[in-house]
Amino acid sequence: MRDALGSVQSVLVLGGTSDIALATVRALVADRTRTVVLGVRDPERFERADELRAAGATTVEAARFDADDVNSHERFASDVFERHGDIDLVLLAFGVLGDQQVSERDPAAAVAVLRTNFVGAVSVTTAIVRRLRHQGHGTIVALSSVAGERARKSNYVYGSSKAGLDAFFQGLGDSLAGTGVDVIVVRPGFVKSKMTAGLEPAPLSTTPEAVAEATIAGVRRGAHTVWAPAALRYVMLALRLLPRPIFRRLDI
Amino acid sequence: MDGGEPCLLAGWGRTPRTLALLHRPADASEVAALVAAGNGRGVIARGLGRSYGDAAQNAGGAVLDMTALRGVSELDLERDRVTVAAGTSIAALTRFLVPRGRFLPVVPGTGHVTVGGAIASDIHGKSHHRDGGFSEHVLELELLTPNGERRVVPRSSDRDAFDAVAGGMGLAGVILEATLGLRRIETSRIAVDTERARDLDDLMARMESKDGSYRYSVAWIDCLARGAALGRSILLRGDHARNRELSAADRVRPLALGRTPSLPAPPWAPSALLRGSTMRAFNELWFRRAPREERGRLQGLREFFHPLDAVRDWNRLYGRRGMLQYQFVVPFGAEATMRAVLERLSTAGVGSFLAVMKRMGEQAGLISFPMPGWTLTLDMPAAGAELATLLDGLDELVAAAGGRVYLAKDSRLRPELLESMYPGVGRWRELRARLDPDERMRSDLARRLGLIGTAP
Repeated sequence: MRDALGSVQSVLVLGGTSDIALATVRALVADRTRTVVLGVRDPERFERADELRAAGATTVEAARFDADDVNSHERFASDVFERHGDIDLVLLAFGVLGDQQVSERDPAAAVAVLRTNFVGAVSVTTAIVRRLRHQGHGTIVALSSVAGERARKSNYVYGSSKAGLDAFFQGLGDSLAGTGVDVIVVRPGFVKSKMTAGLEPAPLSTTPEAVAEATIAGVRRGAHTVWAPAALRYVMLALRLLPRPIFRRLDI
Repeated sequence: MDGGEPCLLAGWGRTPRTLALLHRPADASEVAALVAAGNGRGVIARGLGRSYGDAAQNAGGAVLDMTALRGVSELDLERDRVTVAAGTSIAALTRFLVPRGRFLPVVPGTGHVTVGGAIASDIHGKSHHRDGGFSEHVLELELLTPNGERRVVPRSSDRDAFDAVAGGMGLAGVILEATLGLRRIETSRIAVDTERARDLDDLMARMESKDGSYRYSVAWIDCLARGAALGRSILLRGDHARNRELSAADRVRPLALGRTPSLPAPPWAPSALLRGSTMRAFNELWFRRAPREERGRLQGLREFFHPLDAVRDWNRLYGRRGMLQYQFVVPFGAEATMRAVLERLSTAGVGSFLAVMKRMGEQAGLISFPMPGWTLTLDMPAAGAELATLLDGLDELVAAAGGRVYLAKDSRLRPELLESMYPGVGRWRELRARLDPDERMRSDLARRLGLIGTAP
């Protein structure tokens, strides 16, 4: 159960090898989370279980999860809830950045980004929400991105996948009002992580640990939207208001 | 019988709400049917919702609002006992008893508590050092056992079942009715002695030397006072006034209850009200307001026992994120721990408008809260990672000293500390499981702390 100060006892992570997800789980276990279920593509190669156990988690399980295999999601969700009982926090952390240049030429590559980031998220969340409604409590955290706030010419494929995801979770959150289930959309900026290795960091870039901290603070205070870092809320507000002819000329 | 209404429920602290099907059974047979029905996520009884945390909520399951089962079914003035339905409030029962010259031996800090809730939480009052907990004055109770049987449980002859229920946080079945022992009183007033204590040592010394000669004793302590003033407090002690202590005018109707209107709390309060500086000023004022020493002042029962009941819904003053109440007890001999806790609180500036300290006496029961020792209670806004860390640290100190936190108020204890704080919990689980082998009784508190089995 989530307690009065927003600490949670069990967490399900989808995309359990993501740097942000691992940083979040480490911080949760250091608090009082004892059940950690990590949906990963390749459970045999998941190497963090011992570390999490040593930090205090009593149940750590890496479960096979493939965001693209939407036909498996219903089964995945029912297995997790059957084996572990109530889940207090679900963290959707999977996603691919793709290669914008390739996506612009290759329809299959563009669709692959959308399939993972958007279709996969919608599919697995729909399977999970039914269980959360049944248990009468729970928090879903979806990792969106500032890239979804206004699609830029330099990464509009990734950006549009996050825009779709962001819209889905906003609507879902409103539809779940009064059910005991909360939805939080987290919008990080440029995060220095595996996903962005080799890219030039954008202004206001942040770290997985900082995003984790902002996310947990958001869970504690019952936020709907979390920006990481917080200043991005105002940067993005300004960018949204820029007229298209000017926005188009920006080198971002 | 209704089908139940999906309802977000929280405790008095208004911290996380969970969804349950809320039913309002009209009688014992409806309670039995609802306990039997279930949807696999169990059922819990709820009274007036004054537990601060998640004791009377049950995410995804059923919650039974018991307040329709109310009223006195039998009053025996010769043997000083009353039989009353579990959903009756202490306030209503007091209004019934006082004009008849009787009073409950244990009265909590609010009258808005049901008799069933009082037994399930085995509550205590200002007389604990003399009279023990509420359940010690329960002669017998009627229980709807989780497998649907209506069972009379006398305290003396069915001790195992009684111990599973008393202090059992509602998890051993649904209490339907209880027979309570009563105290005779001559008047509806309390003769109160007030004194100020300049610091913690002074307070403890005053309580140790004289508490035994008072039935009721409680101290309001200023948690924000620092340094030499740490623990400065106002000590209020008293007993039921005798007839001869009343004025001639009051002696005409010595058992009359004054009119006690209650005012609603304002719908919103400036958050500045709850800020450290405001609280500090309030505590200063409260301390200065009290007489340095005063003897035998007559107070009405409600004024003495339930001062906060004069403001309805005062918990809403804490806003959207709600509040929590931290209450712990440490055994006699662990005075250093009490001091350490107060120091940490005052350093962190986590104060309460009113913090309460009391000496507790002997206590029966397996997972009842009280133990002979010192208890401290304080309210705080439920906010922030810093508070979580601070309270986790206090829990460690309290547990290391052999003390515990109060489950009826808890909303955030680390489950790992449950066993060391409540050594009787293993035995309680055994007795409870005999009454509820199918684990029909569940609550969010039970889930969070792992009080019962492993079922969700």
